[in-house]
Amino acid sequence: MSANATGSEASSAGESASTTADGRLRADLVLEYPFNRTTGEIIGAFLTGLREGVIYGVRTSDGSIMAPPTDYDPNTAEPLTELVEVGPAGEVKSWTWCAEPRRQQPWNHPFAWALIRLDGAHTHMLHAVRVASPAEMRIGMRVEPKWNAERQGHICDIAYFEPVAG
Amino acid sequence: MSAKIPKPTALAKPVQLPERIANVEQVRSVRTPISLNYDFIPGQAAQAYLTAFGEKRILGQRSPVDGAVFVPPRGVDPRFGVATTEYVELPDKGHIGSFCVTQVPIPGRDDLELPYISAWIFLDGADIGFIGLVGECDTADCRIGMRVEAVWKDDDQIAQTAENIKWWRPTGEPDVAFDQAGGRGFAARQAARADGTGHASQPNSANPASQ
Amino acid sequence: MRDIAIVATSMVQTLAMDTDTEVEFMVPVISDVKRQVSMEAQDFGFICSGSSDFLAGQAFSFVHTLDAVGAVPPISESHVEMDGAWALYEAWVKLQLGEVDTALIYSYGKTSPGSLRDVLATQLDPYYVTPLWPDAHSLAALAARIGLESGQFTATDMAAVAARSLRNATDNPLAVRSAKTHPNLTTAENILAEAEVVPPLRELDCAIDVDGGVAVVIAAEDEARRLCDRPVWIRGIDHRIDAQNIGARDLTRSESAAKAAAQAGMANGCFNGEKLDFIEFYAPYSYQELILLSELGLIDELGLSADGSGGANGDDFINPSGGVLAGHTMMGSGLMRLAEASQRISQGKGDRALAHATSGPLLQQNLICVLEGE
Repeated sequence: MSANATGSEASSAGESASTTADGRLRADLVLEYPFNRTTGEIIGAFLTGLREGVIYGVRTSDGSIMAPPTDYDPNTAEPLTELVEVGPAGEVKSWTWCAEPRRQQPWNHPFAWALIRLDGAHTHMLHAVRVASPAEMRIGMRVEPKWNAERQGHICDIAYFEPVAG
Repeated sequence: MSAKIPKPTALAKPVQLPERIANVEQVRSVRTPISLNYDFIPGQAAQAYLTAFGEKRILGQRSPVDGAVFVPPRGVDPRFGVATTEYVELPDKGHIGSFCVTQVPIPGRDDLELPYISAWIFLDGADIGFIGLVGECDTADCRIGMRVEAVWKDDDQIAQTAENIKWWRPTGEPDVAFDQAGGRGFAARQAARADGTGHASQPNSANPASQ
Repeated sequence: MRDIAIVATSMVQTLAMDTDTEVEFMVPVISDVKRQVSMEAQDFGFICSGSSDFLAGQAFSFVHTLDAVGAVPPISESHVEMDGAWALYEAWVKLQLGEVDTALIYSYGKTSPGSLRDVLATQLDPYYVTPLWPDAHSLAALAARIGLESGQFTATDMAAVAARSLRNATDNPLAVRSAKTHPNLTTAENILAEAEVVPPLRELDCAIDVDGGVAVVIAAEDEARRLCDRPVWIRGIDHRIDAQNIGARDLTRSESAAKAAAQAGMANGCFNGEKLDFIEFYAPYSYQELILLSELGLIDELGLSADGSGGANGDDFINPSGGVLAGHTMMGSGLMRLAEASQRISQGKGDRALAHATSGPLLQQNLICVLEGE
C-alpha cells in the first residue's frame, strides 16, 4: 500500500483497479505485514514443544495449569516459570461449525472451531476439529491432535484435532 | 549507563525447560504475517479528481471561507473543517516549492535513474503543493521557485491514476520569488487574514498564470 | 467531582458509506454539534476522537479525519484506538481535573471496504490465536454455546433479544435492520425457525456491520447550562477490563461490566437506589445482552424475564433504539449508545438511563455510564 501525495490511493493497486456497477472508481487494496515475533521463554518453550510433538502448559499463581501458556499470570501478572506437559488429547468444551473456510484461515476443508481443554489443563485452547459434519460434534467429546509431519514451532504444527478413535 | 543494573525481580526466576526440549534448539521467534483485503472506493472529491486526471485535467477545490484552492481535493478545507464543493480546474504548470535530491531507488521504479529529484509542486492558482518528480533538469540546477510544467505519459497510457504525470520539467520562465514560493505566499496571506488586514485570498498571486 | 453533562450530539449511520471518505461523512456530523453549541473548533477546551487504522487500512488514519474538525489555529487534541466512549472518558477526566470546561468527542468507523469479521482476528493473541484467523462470529458462537449448554440462557432468550431489537429499531432512522427490513421476524418464534448460520448463532443474533460516525459535546457545570436547555448529566462513569486470553476467561460472565457498573454507582439494578428508565447496551451478539443484564443485576431486581423482553417495563426499557444488532458501527457504537440515551432524555422520553460500551473480544472491556436529565 503506497499512497502518493497526489491523492490517489487507488493508483497503487495497479491492475486491480476497476469501476463499481454504477461507474465509480474502485480498487483492491491489500494491507500486509510480515510480522516476525520474538517469543520470550515460555511461549518459545511451548512452540519448541509443538515442533517436538509435545504440548506444554504452565502452572499459574493459583496452581492451575494454563495451556497454551503465557509468561505472566493473566490475573495477577506474576511471572510463570513451571512448564507442565498436558494433553495431547483433550475435551471439547464448546464448538461451532465453519462450512466454508475464510481466506486467511489455514484450512481448505470444512471444520469445527473448538475450545479444547487439554488433559491436565484448566483453560481452553482454540483450534480446529476435523470431522465430516457438525452432526459429529458435541460438547464433552474427546479429541487429539493431528500433527503435521514437518513442524517449525508454530500453532499450525497441529494441523487440526480429530476425534479420539473408539 | 552502568552495566550493573539489576534484573527486575519479576524477570529473575529461571524457566526450567522440561527434559524433552532442554537439549534441542529453542524457538526464539515465529512468523505470523497478516494480510487484509479492502475494496477501496475513493470519496466524492477523489472520484472527481481521478476521473478528471484520466482526461489529463487537474481539479482542485476552492474553500468557501477565503477562496484558498486545495489540490488534490479532499472535500474539506482542513483549516476550518468546512466542506468544499466548488471545483477549480488548474493548469499543468506551476513552480517548485521545495525539493530533495534522492540517492536511493524507489522499489518498483527501475525506470528512475539515480539521483532523482522529488519536489513539492505548486500549480498556478493552487494554495498547497503536492509531490512529484522533476525531470529533464540537472540536480545542480533545481531550485526553489523554478517554474515547471507536467510531462504526461502518452495518451494511450493515461488512466485514472496518479502515475499519469511522468515528471515535471523546467519551462525556462522567470522564477517565482523565494519569499513567494511554495507555502510561504499562502502563509503570508493567512497571516494577513488572521490580523484582520487581509482580504479574500488571491491564491498564488505571485504566479503569472493567476494574474 | 464536577458536574459534567452531554450538551450536544449528532450521528450518521448507513449500510455502506461508499460515496464518502471518513472525512467527507464526518464534516456534517462535527459541524452539526459545533452549530448546536455555537462553537468553533478552537473554542473547545479539548478534542478527543476514537477510530481504528485497521478499518481504514491506513496508518495514522485519524490525522486525516482531523480535517473535518478544523484544526487551525492548533487545537488541543488526543486520539484513542478505542471506541469513542473511551475518548469521552478521557475528555471527562480532563474536565474533572478542572483543566478545561468543554470538550468535543467524535468517533467513526467505515468497515464496508473490508471484512470486520476477519479484521477483528488481528486483536487476538498473536502467537496462538490470530494465526488461525477465527472470525468474530465464530468466537461469539463458541461463547454462546457455553451459555446455552450451562443453562444460563436459552435459544429462545437469544431470539427474543433479536426480535425486540427489530421491533425497537423500527422508528430509528439510523437503524439498518428493523421490523421494516425483516417484517416476518419480529417474534422469537419466527427467528428460531431461521437457520443457524454460525451455530448456535442465527443471522439476527449477530449485529449487522455498517458505516457511521458520532460527535458529542460535553461541558461542566454552568457552561453546560449555558450551552443547552436540558443538559444530560453524567452521574457515574467507569470502565474496567478482563484478561484478554479467551481460553482462560469464563465466557458466560463479564466481570469487568459488573465492576464498572458498581464503580459507576449501580447496585441491584438501580443507580443510588433509583430505578433506571431505560438502558442502551452495546452488545453486538444477542447472547451478550443477556450476560450484561445478568451482570448488572437487572434480571433479578427489576423483575425482568431472562428472555430480555423487558418484563413489566416493556420493550422500551432495553435498547429503545434497537441497539447495535440493528446497526453496528465499529469504533462508534459505544459513543452512539451514550448519544442515543442523551437524545432520548433530552426529548423527555426518560430521566435516568444507563449507557454501555464494549471493546475487545467477547465483552473483554466494558464502560458503564449513568445519565440523568436536568
